[in-house]
Amino acid sequence: MYTQGLDSLGKDCLRDETQDTGALERRFQARVDAEEKIEPKDWMPDAYRRTLVRQVSQHAHSEVVGMLPEGNWITRAPSLLRKAILIAKVQDEGGHGAYLYSATETLGVARDELIGQLLDGKAKYSSIFNYPTPTWADVGAIGWLVDGAAIMNQIPLCRCSYGPYARAMVRICKEESFHQRQGYEIMLRLVRGTPAQKDMAQQALNRWWWPSLMMFGPSDAESTHGAQSMRWKIKRFSNDELRQKFVDFTVPQARFLDLTVPDPELRWDEAAGHYRFGPIDWNEFDQVLKGHGPCNRERLEARRKAHEEGRWVREAAVAHAAKQAARESSRAA
Amino acid sequence: MTDSSRDWPLYEIFIRARSGLDHKHVGSLHATDARMAIEHARDLYTRRQEGISIWAVRSGDIVASDPAEADELFEPARDKVYRHPTFYDIPDEVKTL
Repeated sequence: MYTQGLDSLGKDCLRDETQDTGALERRFQARVDAEEKIEPKDWMPDAYRRTLVRQVSQHAHSEVVGMLPEGNWITRAPSLLRKAILIAKVQDEGGHGAYLYSATETLGVARDELIGQLLDGKAKYSSIFNYPTPTWADVGAIGWLVDGAAIMNQIPLCRCSYGPYARAMVRICKEESFHQRQGYEIMLRLVRGTPAQKDMAQQALNRWWWPSLMMFGPSDAESTHGAQSMRWKIKRFSNDELRQKFVDFTVPQARFLDLTVPDPELRWDEAAGHYRFGPIDWNEFDQVLKGHGPCNRERLEARRKAHEEGRWVREAAVAHAAKQAARESSRAA
Repeated sequence: MTDSSRDWPLYEIFIRARSGLDHKHVGSLHATDARMAIEHARDLYTRRQEGISIWAVRSGDIVASDPAEADELFEPARDKVYRHPTFYDIPDEVKTL
């Protein structure tokens, strides 16, 4: 959220690497353990910085790419109000991307560099946005399930040890709640409509259920970054814990809609107080992450096209600013 | 991917939520000039009536203290508890003090 002239690092960060890194690291971990926030100019281990740059930039890219599956429904939303709501939601996602890119900039990475990585296809973003939205019900399912899963992931991030990321997440979480509720309301309208509309809602749930569970990432046994991120208090709960919580919250919401969760193995475990669910197709997850999902290519092409088509606007803004500045200085002279 | 958006200056944004309150730092954004900074801040930070006034300051113009020097800077206040009203013992019978 800020870099400090704001654009230089603190003294500790500039110290000779060989000097006393152990002591700095111990002090750092002690601060994290004491629930103190780490701020941009504070000393931090390189690996902590790299982990955050990776995580926060992937998160930012996900928000930006996340505008696309819904954006293509803006012109086709069924009423003027739904169009206005969808525009507001898509605008929020763009805003979330901007907050998060700002947070990564406090770690010393330029936004342009990160956007360049996204457009070059080198950066990862959430696998969920590589699935298509063939019907209006998909827009409802995305709000309900995808934004619901995002909230589950993001609420603990409001307490992340890195201050700028935590503050961005507080702002984002406030806005996500509207996203989830408008999505659930779309589903509610559909299941209370004609049989064809209800079927449309069921089909959308079928499409989005499993990809939503995959949003929490690989199972704890497979997760490569989990343990260290927990020690650094970047993460507070494991992928599997959050996934379980999401299932426990969401199954009753599906029941209320009188829709069927597409998992024949789903059952209530009375003793554990949890819903048990069937195995996740991790092969599909890997394929989508590697770029072989249904829409990976389309999403990146849409992003690149938007970037290219906006070029003249950026150029005009720079030319305008230069002209204004020249006028100012000639007036002052 | 280099293009004209590179090196747009970074601005820190401060918002006054209601009259009577201080402007509070809410985040940062890139803009070509001050006017664009205000317009983008409006779109980015006040979509839900979060503010009635915006300040935008070039990030590079802010001078900040160094956290590595926080001890030298702030330690001298630590033992001066007599600066607080609660330091003084006043009998209960004495009112409105």
